[in-house]
Amino acid sequence: MGINWFKYSSPQAFYPLAGKMIPWFSAAALGLIGVGLYIGFFVAPTDFQQGDAYRIIFVHVPAAWMSMFLYVIMAAWAGLGLGLNARPSFMMAQAIAPTGAMFTFLALLTGAMWGKPTWGAWWVWDARLTSELILLFQYIGIILLRASIDDLRRADRASAVLALVGVVNVPIIYFSVRWWNTLHQGASVSMTASPKMATTMVTAMLVMTLGFWMYSFAVTLARMRCVIVERERLPSWGKNPSIQEVAEAR
Amino acid sequence: MQWGSLTEFVAMGGYGLYVWTSFGATALCMVWEVLAVWRRHASATAGSHDVS
Repeated sequence: MGINWFKYSSPQAFYPLAGKMIPWFSAAALGLIGVGLYIGFFVAPTDFQQGDAYRIIFVHVPAAWMSMFLYVIMAAWAGLGLGLNARPSFMMAQAIAPTGAMFTFLALLTGAMWGKPTWGAWWVWDARLTSELILLFQYIGIILLRASIDDLRRADRASAVLALVGVVNVPIIYFSVRWWNTLHQGASVSMTASPKMATTMVTAMLVMTLGFWMYSFAVTLARMRCVIVERERLPSWGKNPSIQEVAEAR
Repeated sequence: MQWGSLTEFVAMGGYGLYVWTSFGATALCMVWEVLAVWRRHASATAGSHDVS
């Protein structure tokens, strides 16, 4: 039995499907974050160098990863929207941006909370910190650009172009600790080398990251539903709307 | 488990302020975002009976 995926690419079909998926993603997020916090606070040992301040890693690294993941996903939807001229893709990009901005803000804030006790400074103009701050400005710019254009189709395209151009910053953030001499420490986990931390610490960090992923799915799907209703405000979805009603709603 | 008492747990080896500010701010932001989306959905669907 094949599934007709195109069926779900229409907002009216996607809306109830997303509604069914949100509780599952929410439950998974709660469970994973609960387990991650338990391992992070009760199983993982105290770091011999940084004491218990290192435990900030369990929110800092997942938030920082999500800030970059979500940007790339947002830009991919934006690119798809531009390429296929598909409204739902632009709507996905629109739904992801605020969550990405929030995680970027949290990465910076928790980073400051970690920097003060370990470096003695809340903030330094280091390549990693500066490029992450620029990412926050990019998110804000994309959200504000969309909000400042009344014509939805032009708003979609303009913010999509801005999102796509900004992707260049993501590898800069990621490799900044290698390309430049930074006060920020190097990668905690890499594909090629074994982790430099105790297994329980890595486990807690990865479980928290998975939890943040599930949270992001749930909240962006919920926001997508808001965007669908706001943008496709049809008189009634129960009946088949007339062509004129559809045209007016767009 | 390395905590002898609740006080020790809260103190976080002297880094309590930094650790709990980080976790608290993260929790606050996430809860706030969920509530904001909830309210946005409620106001977007207000007046419509077919969209739940």
